[in-house]
Amino acid sequence: MRNMAQINILAVANHPEILETIIRLINQNERWHGIPAGSLEEAEEVLRVNSIDLVLLGVGIDEETGERITSLCTSIDPRIVCLRHFGGGSGLLYSEIRHALSGG
Amino acid sequence: MKNSVLHPAASRFYADHGWLQSAQTFSFHGNYDPQRIQFGALRVLNDDTVNGGKGFGRHPHDNMEIISIPLEGTLEHQDSLGNVAVIRPGEIQVMSAGTGVYHTEFNKDQDEPVTFLQIWLYPKKLNVTPRYDQMEYTSGNRHNRFQQILSPDPSDEGVWINQDAWFHLAELDKGFETDYALKKEGNGMYVFVIEGNVEVNGQLLSTRDGYGFWPESAVSVKAVEKSSLLVIEVPEKW
Repeated sequence: MRNMAQINILAVANHPEILETIIRLINQNERWHGIPAGSLEEAEEVLRVNSIDLVLLGVGIDEETGERITSLCTSIDPRIVCLRHFGGGSGLLYSEIRHALSGG
Repeated sequence: MKNSVLHPAASRFYADHGWLQSAQTFSFHGNYDPQRIQFGALRVLNDDTVNGGKGFGRHPHDNMEIISIPLEGTLEHQDSLGNVAVIRPGEIQVMSAGTGVYHTEFNKDQDEPVTFLQIWLYPKKLNVTPRYDQMEYTSGNRHNRFQQILSPDPSDEGVWINQDAWFHLAELDKGFETDYALKKEGNGMYVFVIEGNVEVNGQLLSTRDGYGFWPESAVSVKAVEKSSLLVIEVPEKW
């Protein structure tokens, strides 16, 4: 059963090391749970089988792929927030997530 | 003035990591304020001081234009592109992180601290090939004038980045007054006072204050005392 207080965050990026870093940083917050996807296909699969609250579109995800993932999220649950993650590390990640979760 | 933001020095976030003292104009790392996210494409303006021999270990970046301007001390850069470089006051370093780069930034000196401005701008284009560059600029060229140290054009003065942004430095004598004309219509202007007191369109600014606004005409800059400032011109949208 899903922990209701837990925020599930799908991070999509095609750079394995950076993706691993992002997931590690997300999981440092005990209320956040990071799930990685290295491609559009992996992201689609994660979205089909998990309840996702937030999607981070990271490095290597072009605009077309980002739009497809965003459209899929909207069709699954319009409350899923999709945003572009910049920087690839700890600098902006926390404020991006907090800003998105607060409706910013 | 419409849509202006004043960031007094004391209003910045402060992070004390022991080896690093960081004054942060905008939300960064664990510090978050929804009113302090960005100014147009300007996302990070950190005023960092790193103890001797210490520094930022290997960590990644992507899709961000990262600029470092040393104010005191010596900074050593290494990255996954194979670059090993040292920068000092009078030099500027730029890293277009693009599709991903790892780097370290350490204080080259074991005893003296290094203080530098770490500035991040959102990129104009996503997923570009990562690139590193640095250059030295001549100090005499910014006495009572704006010296361009960064632009979007590789053939223009200073380093270049993947964004329609321009950086200028100026060292103004007490009482000297001049104008700053935008390089691109519609851009915003963020003035950061490195040291001194200046008036920007009548707004008084002191050391380490920041002031961002969207000019509709040439901007008047007057040094109340001998002052050093950085002007960051950025687009609102890109």
